[in-house]
Amino acid sequence: MAKIYSKKTLVTKNLKPKKEVVSFLLNYSKALTVVKVNDKSFEIIAN
Amino acid sequence: MADLHIPDALLVKNYIDGNENSLAILIKRHESKIYGFIYSKIADRDISNDIFQDTFIKVIKTLKSNSYNEEGKFLPWVMRISHNLIVDHFRKTKKMPMYRETEEFSIFSIMSDDSLTIENKMIADQVEVDLKKLIEELPDDQKEVLVMRMYQDMSFKEISELTGVSINTALGRMRYALMNLRKIIDKHQIILTN
Repeated sequence: MAKIYSKKTLVTKNLKPKKEVVSFLLNYSKALTVVKVNDKSFEIIAN
Repeated sequence: MADLHIPDALLVKNYIDGNENSLAILIKRHESKIYGFIYSKIADRDISNDIFQDTFIKVIKTLKSNSYNEEGKFLPWVMRISHNLIVDHFRKTKKMPMYRETEEFSIFSIMSDDSLTIENKMIADQVEVDLKKLIEELPDDQKEVLVMRMYQDMSFKEISELTGVSINTALGRMRYALMNLRKIIDKHQIILTN
């Protein structure tokens, strides 16, 4: 069995989320409209 | 980079007023801090991505429904959301069954201490230090790939994108890095065991 000696250094610089995640968020944001009627709020996703 | 001069508060305001691009700037500006923070707690890329996504879904919903009040700063607010989601994640995954000690059942029969002894821990630390020294001996291109793969947990695809070489080249460098490490270890009769 291969042994792994390296410990993952958790504080690494320049860690970034996946591009897919970011683009999903931007598209989600574009699609989402929140409408408030009285004290209720409705989320509308335009697709 | 004119984006750098627009303060967060103004971007948030523009976003609430309907400027979608402001969100892109905000995410770009803070993504590595927030993702790094999540990853430092979770230590798993995929779960970190999920939590990052959930964090910003909350952010978007809050901003779009106008319930954000600009009391504090944007980044600490987002960090707090991600912190809460991290806590939720651990709560969900770390549900432990409860055992009660009885006469015929000792709690210690299911508990064990499998952490390293002080001596083994020192050896492990020493091995780690030695290994880091060995890695320093590698040629720069191989060292770069090895560090990104093993210590920063990046995929070969990401490594190839970041270093500007093909995936096959990155794979090759990793292979040569390992071969060279073995060679150095053999040559100097270094014992890396615990």
